[in-house]
Amino acid sequence: MMEITEGSHAVAEAVRLCRPQVVSAYPITPQTHIVEALADFVANGKLDAEYITVENELSALSACVGASAAGSRTYSATTSQGLLLMTEVVFNAAGMRLPIVMSIANRAVGAPLSIWNDMQDSISLRDAGWLQFYAEDNQEATDLHFLAYKVAESKEIQLPVFVCFDGFILSHTYEPIDMLLQEQVDQYLPKFDPAEKLDAKDPISFGMYATPEYYLEFRYEMDQAQKRAKDVIAKAGKEFGTMFGRDYSALTVGYLLDDAETVIVAMGSVCGTVKDAIDEMRAAGKKVGLLKIRVFRPFPSEEIAKALSKVKRVAVLDKNISLGAKGGATAIEVRDAMYGSMIPVKGYVLGLGGRDIRKKDIKEIVSLCENGIGDQFYGLRKELI
Amino acid sequence: MRELRIHGRGGQGSVTAAELIAVAAFEGGVFAQAFPAFGVERRGAPVQAFVRFDDKKIRKRSQVYEPDYIIVQDSTLIKDVNVFMGVKKGGIVIVNTEKKPEYQVPEGVKLITIDATSIALRVLGLPITNTTLMGAFAAATGEIQFAALEKALSHRFNKELAAKNIEAARVAFDFVRGAA
Repeated sequence: MMEITEGSHAVAEAVRLCRPQVVSAYPITPQTHIVEALADFVANGKLDAEYITVENELSALSACVGASAAGSRTYSATTSQGLLLMTEVVFNAAGMRLPIVMSIANRAVGAPLSIWNDMQDSISLRDAGWLQFYAEDNQEATDLHFLAYKVAESKEIQLPVFVCFDGFILSHTYEPIDMLLQEQVDQYLPKFDPAEKLDAKDPISFGMYATPEYYLEFRYEMDQAQKRAKDVIAKAGKEFGTMFGRDYSALTVGYLLDDAETVIVAMGSVCGTVKDAIDEMRAAGKKVGLLKIRVFRPFPSEEIAKALSKVKRVAVLDKNISLGAKGGATAIEVRDAMYGSMIPVKGYVLGLGGRDIRKKDIKEIVSLCENGIGDQFYGLRKELI
Repeated sequence: MRELRIHGRGGQGSVTAAELIAVAAFEGGVFAQAFPAFGVERRGAPVQAFVRFDDKKIRKRSQVYEPDYIIVQDSTLIKDVNVFMGVKKGGIVIVNTEKKPEYQVPEGVKLITIDATSIALRVLGLPITNTTLMGAFAAATGEIQFAALEKALSHRFNKELAAKNIEAARVAFDFVRGAA
């Protein structure tokens, strides 16, 4: 049913419909509205879950790890410093193969303190073993939670998922979305049936000591599960499309790619502004397209290489920076995906700490890329440097 | 696409006004998008909130730089903030002030002044002008129907509070319509 609501509330409602049995989170801007709404749902009897209040994010995710290992569907949400404080447990949750779903309302990290949006938080944890989905709008931010549980809990995967959506830009925006009904979600997402769980009558351990004879294989298995996730996402995303009309089978989504000469690669909410800019550039005779990356982990290398095989040049937007490396994480990985091709891939780091990104910025980046200029920060205020 | 920028001070309900205007527009079958200029919220500090209206899905996520409409909740902002910046030709600016029109708006822009503070004080007993100015916005622009505005307010506030806010919006709506 179409309704207009705030992104955070839409996400909270989606999570409620997924029937998590344990929720544990610690409030932090701009994620707070999600966990406040979930606390309300539990208090008002609209969600039959254990809501565990904790003293910080490290404990929040620890509570989820325990609950998930005991066989419960679990949920948390965080951002920025909160995610960084969780880091130790983020890696452990994946290593223990616990299908926790956590929303990340993407925000910059300190220092200096910034409450505003970029993607440094979740991107910094790209090696933690969690799948990472990125939403372009609040419809995706909502729907990707249903997909996330379906994929995470698949016996072939058993890995946790970050559902990332841009803090403030999406989390605090009211816009119309189509919210599923409980019976629809129940039909799509069966009850959590863990492959293994803690049981006093049949004791097992999670996260045990692995000596050098075993550790390498644990990491290999996780990497294999990440790679298998591509097919599982394709299947679960297609099923979602068949049932509800919105197909999430693709890890990357093209916009006016067919005859495009210059292609922008981007993730998250900026893709909307990019599409508007592309329409204007097309009207002016420029053949520009967009390749949106919706799934960053597993990274869709083959899909990207295929989608971009016939273009003349690629401009990658990054709302994160791998300091000391050649730009942001997306540009580095897209360049790796394109290795062996002669197509130039230029990276642009922009929008950090909430710097607004406008259509004119996208057009300027396309011009820079056409002139072979890139692998740089975009929009620096020269007077401050 | 049409765009609205609301200027106010922290505590005056600019963000709520943007949300409620979007809800009312959606009621009328329009695709609407509302969001705040993300600042560190402090009571009294200048704040902005934005609304976009379109017949099709809105994809753009940048802030509003060239609005069709501007609402200024607090005229004391005008000396500190360039509240009229970027307003489009043919646009409409609504300023809450007890003074007669004395502001220089760009050429081709319609200025509407209304003493929303007095209306709010009289009807609500509080100098919170957001819902009053929503009534003025509905009358001045036609972007939202009054009935949809009533529905949005009824949904947001309890019965008694909703009735008062609808009354304040109605007074402003009639005032602007009468002035036009």
